[in-house]
Amino acid sequence: MFSLSRKDLAALAVFAAVVLTMPIWLAPFGAAYPGLMQKFAIYAIFAIGFNILFGLTGYLSFGHAAFLGVGSYTTVWSFKLLSMDIGPAMLFAIIVSGVFALLIGYFSLRRTGIYFSILTLAFAQMSYSLAYSVLTPITNGETGLLLARDDPRHLDALFGAQATAAGLPQPTLFGMSVTGYTGFYLCAVILIIAFYLSQKIFASPFGMALRGIKSNQTRMNYTGFNTRPYMLAAFVISGMFAGLAGALLSITDPLAGAERMKWTESGNVVLMTILGGVGTLFGPVIGAWLIKYFENIFSAINTNMLNGLFSFLPDGVQTFVVTVLSKFVGEGWHLTLGLMFVLIVVFLPGGLVEGFHRLMVRLKRQKATPDGVTSVQPAE
Amino acid sequence: MNVFLAQLLNGLDKGGAYALIALGLTLVFGTLGVVNFAHGALFMLGCFCAVTFRYLITLETVTIDPEKLSPWGSPVEVRTPLVQNWFGDFGAVLVDYSVPISILLAIPAMLIIGIAMERGLIKHFYKRSHAEQILVTFGLAIVLQEIVRSFFGANPVPQPIPSDLRGAADIGVWFGMAAHTLTYPWWRLIYLLFSAVVIGGVFAFLQFTTFGMVVRAGMADRETVGLMGIDIDRRFTIVFGLAAVVAGVAGVMYTPLLAPNYHLGMDFLVLSFVVVVVGGMGSLPGAVAAGFLLGILQSFASMTEVKSLIPGIDQVIIYLVAVVILLVRPRGLMGRRGIMEN
Amino acid sequence: MIEATPNIILHAADVHKNFGGLRALSDIDLQIEEGKTHAIIGPNGAGKSTLLNVIIGRIPPSSGAVVFDGTVLTGKAPHEINQLGISRVFQTPEIFPDLPVLHNVMAPAFARRDGAFRVNLLRSIDSERQIRQEAEDILDDIGLHGRRGDHAGSLSRGDKRRLELAMCLIQRPRLLLLDEPTAGMSRHDTNTTIELLRKIKSSGMTKVIIEHDMHVVFSLADRISVLAQGRIIASGLPQEIKEDPRVQQAYLGGSVQ
Repeated sequence: MFSLSRKDLAALAVFAAVVLTMPIWLAPFGAAYPGLMQKFAIYAIFAIGFNILFGLTGYLSFGHAAFLGVGSYTTVWSFKLLSMDIGPAMLFAIIVSGVFALLIGYFSLRRTGIYFSILTLAFAQMSYSLAYSVLTPITNGETGLLLARDDPRHLDALFGAQATAAGLPQPTLFGMSVTGYTGFYLCAVILIIAFYLSQKIFASPFGMALRGIKSNQTRMNYTGFNTRPYMLAAFVISGMFAGLAGALLSITDPLAGAERMKWTESGNVVLMTILGGVGTLFGPVIGAWLIKYFENIFSAINTNMLNGLFSFLPDGVQTFVVTVLSKFVGEGWHLTLGLMFVLIVVFLPGGLVEGFHRLMVRLKRQKATPDGVTSVQPAE
Repeated sequence: MNVFLAQLLNGLDKGGAYALIALGLTLVFGTLGVVNFAHGALFMLGCFCAVTFRYLITLETVTIDPEKLSPWGSPVEVRTPLVQNWFGDFGAVLVDYSVPISILLAIPAMLIIGIAMERGLIKHFYKRSHAEQILVTFGLAIVLQEIVRSFFGANPVPQPIPSDLRGAADIGVWFGMAAHTLTYPWWRLIYLLFSAVVIGGVFAFLQFTTFGMVVRAGMADRETVGLMGIDIDRRFTIVFGLAAVVAGVAGVMYTPLLAPNYHLGMDFLVLSFVVVVVGGMGSLPGAVAAGFLLGILQSFASMTEVKSLIPGIDQVIIYLVAVVILLVRPRGLMGRRGIMEN
Repeated sequence: MIEATPNIILHAADVHKNFGGLRALSDIDLQIEEGKTHAIIGPNGAGKSTLLNVIIGRIPPSSGAVVFDGTVLTGKAPHEINQLGISRVFQTPEIFPDLPVLHNVMAPAFARRDGAFRVNLLRSIDSERQIRQEAEDILDDIGLHGRRGDHAGSLSRGDKRRLELAMCLIQRPRLLLLDEPTAGMSRHDTNTTIELLRKIKSSGMTKVIIEHDMHVVFSLADRISVLAQGRIIASGLPQEIKEDPRVQQAYLGGSVQ
């Protein structure tokens, strides 16, 4: 079925189960509300797409936020001009961001290494700056692109479906509203499809060619592969994933702002991917979830909550503990994030997935020597 | 012509800051082989050395003088800066000149920070991939900026120019033009000269000392220098410290031009990476040249005449130039083959 | 003149190469017969590697042209030259160190079957049974089947060289270029490699070998060309070359062993 290997099928099944049961297992972590779970799904799609480029080919793009932004803008324009249905919106977002990626990729891929990174960064920063200035008619500048009651929505008008009486129109899927849990399950299903696609790419000869480019481009050329179109295809696919993620951001919250194109957003997706594990299937997803979790949960904690939490301590100690901890939460959650990166890179190079693998290997080894004597093995 | 000169000058001081940051970034990359995303944070820390120094020097005693009453009847608070108590008028001068004087604090402080960073963290990453170096230094940069934010808050902290140095120099007169045709703020002129002196100093240090010779040799061919049995480790530490000091003093002197805030480092980091890459990874003259070039181009692009001709050009000029240069010259202006290309 | 006669598969006609003022190759006229193993020998710095690089299109000749089966190779990209049916073994092995040994051998087979660029997500690597079988057979031949799951980067230097050879062989090239295929190998490994090359000799593949080791050259070559100071000073059957006084002169007056 699906022509996946048995191992991949199992992984897909586990993944689908984990994603769909999020509302259950996230509840103890205080993260089981649709708004946050949507973000988990959306940024996981973004990271999965980024990983197809960075993980397989080793080309580090620092400008992927541009595609996220383009996807968002396209979606809102589709809502405004065509229809409140999310089908055409997503379709156009993927196409437009793909074309955009084709343009940027065509030029950026003429260079390798850090030169490629800086080219992608430069293109993305230009898009960001222009979205704020010259392109205001398209992007609505600093305010961001918003829906309005009197948008034309030609397709909707054609079919006679008009906005309901009060308030702004809401995005729909075949007339069904996509707010709350519906919105989450929509994103969840798309995430599972995205994961499946990335599995297909990883397992295909195309994916092998991309890995070959990462491993030894000279050999690829002398083996008869034309590496340029392979790279470009990977770049465009990964840009389309980003565009899709951008579309979902605007579907769940119908507005689009230029800040989505800023380099910090590009940096975020790099961090998510590296944190979870570059070039692995699950890594980017885990990285995206962790970062979004910390961003939302840690930034929401305030001093009062800490005081409540540590009220069992003696007064002086409590004040001290709360003062110290308050630096790491709320406004200061970035500090936690920064520390987390430093610690993970220092102690877990290769990201969480590789760390997990190493832990498993160690556990197996300990099982193999039941008397507790750890065998000394030379490092490879 | 005068407009042209004025814009050229305006671009030079910004270019000076870019060049100073890019210089340290290149030095660290060239010798240690580390892509340091925390370098912008070092510039920011330099800025806050000036802020700290001014804070310390303006600590004051507050006494209530019961004899005097303010117009609304409450006793007057008499605030006297401590330095004024101790040194009299000289203290007042100290307060006025806090920015340039804080260089004296910044040099040892940045040296210590730099050495601590290198010994504590960076040195474990010499053999790791560039991606990991980027991630760990990026994390470090976040940590540093958040620490600064928790001490100094999120708002910019403006620093005054010493009162004698306010106003503008009528430099047109120096070149035989009529008065007031070409003026340039004193402090910008000082920053330009200052950056020229620091850049000259670094180059002289690398050119004329044995230490500098080894560093340059290391930049050209790291492995060979390692094989020669030279104690690379200690030199790496010093180079990193030097780069930190250069970034730091560049920050100190820049504070009157741009009120520092905690995320200033990140803003400058992106730009200075573009500068370094445009100059060519690993090339010191390239970094300096690209710094000034981009500073000047940015200044020209923000002229109203240019903006009306090409709308939005001031926003994108640096990136546009970076794209064009990288597409025309694969390794930047003065880069060498094979560096950071895989 | 630049026209391939029926049984000449590769013809380097009147090739000159200058590096700045330095003449690396002059007046090269080299014809490789189809199905034969042609060795190019010569002292260090004679221009052997330059000649190979000119043939493969890595370095453009200053003048002259290289024609492969009626197609001018000059100015073609490496992948285009490979797609014409020319594979190359490098002096330092160029493999995919981060990929499993098996995939190292499978990738070139895909390039042979699917051409220079193809995106097909419907089939997975594992479902390509035929190519997989072919790769496993070749790995069996070179004795690396037991390590097919290991990363190629973990192989010994000798194994890497044999792996690279296998990567070229699976493409069933019409012309195989080997740049010192046994350099740095132990006597034992050298002999296994010679055996392997002998075995494929019967398959009718044309081979050009650059080699220092005279033992290898005389066990494999059908024809030998001797390069000295950028010129071909002798070309002929192994026996003729052995007895040629100019060749002995070129090797510093010593006799060819």
